[in-house]
Amino acid sequence: MKRLLPSWLGLPRLDPVLLALLLLIIGFGLMVLYSASGQDIDMVYRQAIRLGVGLFAMLVISQVPPHILRIWTPWLYGIGIIMLLATWFLGVGRGTQRWLDLGVVRFQPSELMKLAVPMMVAWYLHPKVLPPAWKAVGYSLGILLIPTLLIARQPDLGTALLVASSGMFTLYLAGLRWRVLFGFAGVAVAAAPVLWLVMKEYQRDRVRTFLNPEVDPLGHGWNIIQSKIAVGSGGVTGKGWLNGTQSNLEFIPERHTDFILAVLSEEFGLLGVMLLMLMYLLLIARGLHIASIARDTGSRLLAGSLSLTLFVYVLVNSGMVSGVLPVVGVPLPLISYGGTSAVTLLAGFGMMMSIFSHRKFIK
Amino acid sequence: MIAFRNEHAIKDPRDERKLFDRRATTALIIMVVCILALLSRYFWLQVLSHESFATRSESNRVSIRPVAPNRGLIYDRRGRVIAENLPAYRLEIILEKVQDVTALLDELSELIEIGEDDRLNFNKSRRHYRVFDGVPVRFNLSEQEVARFAVNRHRFAGVDVVPYLSRYYPYRELLTHVLGYVGRLDDADIARVDAGNYRGTRMIGKIGIEQFQETRLHGTSGFEKVETNARGRVVNVLERKDAVAGTDLVLSIDVAVQQAAWDALGERPGSVVAIDPRDGSVIALVSKPAYDPNMFVHGISQQAYNEILNTPGRPLFNRALRGGYEPGSTLKPFVGLAGLEAGVVNAETRVFSSGKFYIEGYSRPYHDWKDGGHGWVTLPSALEQSVNTYFYQLAMDLGIDRMHAYLAQFGFGAVTGIDVQGEGKGLLPSREWKRAAREEPWYPGETIIAGIGQGFNVVTPLQLANAVATLANGGKRYQPRLLYAAKRADDERAQRVRAPVALQVPIKNPQDWQLVLDGMDRVVNGTRGTARAIALDSRYRIAGKTGTAQVFKLAKGETYKASEIAEQLRDHALFIAFAPFENPRIAIAVIVEHGGGGSKVAAPIARQTLDAWLDQEMTGQGSGP
Repeated sequence: MKRLLPSWLGLPRLDPVLLALLLLIIGFGLMVLYSASGQDIDMVYRQAIRLGVGLFAMLVISQVPPHILRIWTPWLYGIGIIMLLATWFLGVGRGTQRWLDLGVVRFQPSELMKLAVPMMVAWYLHPKVLPPAWKAVGYSLGILLIPTLLIARQPDLGTALLVASSGMFTLYLAGLRWRVLFGFAGVAVAAAPVLWLVMKEYQRDRVRTFLNPEVDPLGHGWNIIQSKIAVGSGGVTGKGWLNGTQSNLEFIPERHTDFILAVLSEEFGLLGVMLLMLMYLLLIARGLHIASIARDTGSRLLAGSLSLTLFVYVLVNSGMVSGVLPVVGVPLPLISYGGTSAVTLLAGFGMMMSIFSHRKFIK
Repeated sequence: MIAFRNEHAIKDPRDERKLFDRRATTALIIMVVCILALLSRYFWLQVLSHESFATRSESNRVSIRPVAPNRGLIYDRRGRVIAENLPAYRLEIILEKVQDVTALLDELSELIEIGEDDRLNFNKSRRHYRVFDGVPVRFNLSEQEVARFAVNRHRFAGVDVVPYLSRYYPYRELLTHVLGYVGRLDDADIARVDAGNYRGTRMIGKIGIEQFQETRLHGTSGFEKVETNARGRVVNVLERKDAVAGTDLVLSIDVAVQQAAWDALGERPGSVVAIDPRDGSVIALVSKPAYDPNMFVHGISQQAYNEILNTPGRPLFNRALRGGYEPGSTLKPFVGLAGLEAGVVNAETRVFSSGKFYIEGYSRPYHDWKDGGHGWVTLPSALEQSVNTYFYQLAMDLGIDRMHAYLAQFGFGAVTGIDVQGEGKGLLPSREWKRAAREEPWYPGETIIAGIGQGFNVVTPLQLANAVATLANGGKRYQPRLLYAAKRADDERAQRVRAPVALQVPIKNPQDWQLVLDGMDRVVNGTRGTARAIALDSRYRIAGKTGTAQVFKLAKGETYKASEIAEQLRDHALFIAFAPFENPRIAIAVIVEHGGGGSKVAAPIARQTLDAWLDQEMTGQGSGP
């Protein structure tokens, strides 16, 4: 009887563990945002609304079975590529072409690719024998490199990095051999000087600054230095919620977006950072667990790579804030102010929940 | 299973899941390691380096700002404000917030007048400020300029209009040569002052009282410990130590008397100095022409400065302090007293004036001003009529050495020690001076003409007035004082400042002094007195002495006719006086450049000045504020 009823007429099928972790992180994030915004409650409301939209999207997507999602995948990927090409000609944004103005909303196609690329690679590898053969690896690389290059051209190195890594993680989880992986890594290191040549001047400045921020403390080095001061002055227990002077006095740039972790570190100290990292690790571990028990290959690869991509977000952002990685525009997932990234992430978690709730159909 | 790596291999879900689990576990381990590495970075920042970052955060947050003290006000003896602080606005640029200063100034000049000189001053002064301090571009903005800037403020990051107190001299040129003025702090000033105390100060006394009393007027700078945000805006004042305002000063100048002297001088260049012989305080110190000191307060433009420089009569020159004039006959009372005290002459000594005087063995005649001479004269009548022959004879008998020694006691040839800088010394000639300066011996003829205040003698108006005061008060020579009283920020009332006594001239015989004073009395009140015209309708008794300083030396045989000589070559007119005769309350020296005769031109000026002082003195108004 149960199976005759469409699932969405019953209780929504969700993973309570994943949901609880997400809500914890979101709650903590809104709290930090209130302080980082200079106690601007309107900004908190706006972000809460976006997160609400994201949670709703998550809820909807979680009710769609994985095989339906897989049917949509090539279309989604194709639309994404077309829109990326459109930004080439119609893109708007300050100095970059990241945004498409759709009249009602401004939309960042590269954000869509964060989901579409791992979905597409997983879709492609789904029927293949794993570990993938050379030919399959080649096609997979093609699938992930086209959007990566289009995004890097905009230029948006942070997103390109995330998109590329999400595709690579799919390959990795599909069993791509270590030798090949190391080979890619070697090529990447060898390509670094070439990358330097094609980088824009501001991107080079970011790298230079990263290597030695004190050279230009009031200019390019300012962000990193002020961020480190905020983190370091937080100490073990922090200065207390709403009491971060670096944050309240606006010394931290981008303090409600990319550098919000600096605010958190200043106000909640090392304990706050450890708590947040623990929550992220649990979230990722839960994601990997869902992947492991998934019904089919495609779902498994997708859930796994989405989890690992989340880790890249966390690592790159927290590395940047603490001055061990260069400044790249990667937000702190679910905490940084901004709609697109939150909605994309939550949509991804929706797919994971769908994969989770449809696990029981395998024997 | 690794063997089945080809398209014909069969998918094995169980193997695939095992493969995935291995990979996922590996990834999880790597991630945990990465997170631990990351946390160790946070541990380093937040625990091991916490102290250093906490300090940097604190110094980010807190900055110390100087609070400039209000400059002390200046009053005249009667309590009139003669230097005050008016609220005004200045335009400042914070350098660290500006990319291209030149372009910014160009853009600003569309709203606010910024001249070449402003730019020059700005560029000169900017290096003295820290990058986050405001560097002044223009002072004293008009209301329209302030309003125009307020409307366009959003266009100019790093530019601000700052309220401040601007120095203002309400009596303008009348008191310039007394007060001086304040101006922008420059390189030389900064090297001189206590930099810490001047952190917030933009103005410093440049000349006059403003310069001399700078330490008193400036006050003590305070500070503010403020919390600022990243843009330098003050969010919160954490701690404040108020500045201690500068000391208010009361000058002994009486603006009414100063004004009377100023008006009496009219358009003629000259100087009037009046001193109260009872305490050495300066009642009036006029030097004409002068200029408006307010022009200098905010940095005068080169053009305006050139205009002042090119004004005839040299307005920048302080004649009262530095002007060197031949004293002429105004020196006779002092020479006469020198003769009496040396015993060369006495009350009974009579000299016959024939109109010409010869040194034995020389053929050159020394003239009386009156053809045919004055006949037999004693000292009082010699003073009354200004008989040269009497003093020729006296000087001959006295000799230059004794004359020099005696006159030096009245302060001739040396600075008076007044409390303002830039005073001239004048010249009291002596044998030693001539040998040193000219490498020539002293000739007897030079003693003769020194006896009537001519030759090498040079006095300043201030010296002359102080010498008269010394004569009038019985030999007590003060270091004249402009500062009359001072009221520090925490004082209830102003504290009187007294002039120090430089010297008490020894009196051998009081009757000698009286004789000289009587002679001066007769100059004004005698039937033949050279200044008898000014006695008319006087409510008090004036004693004085006229003088004429030669500018143009007549060739032998020529007679001096004022009308025939160009203005610049006419004689300077001098007059000294004190009053009331019985109980002197004011001593005065008047010098009118190219005025002609002392009796006709200088004496009436003295009379008007004395009136201004004595009319209020005698109607019972006190002399204190």
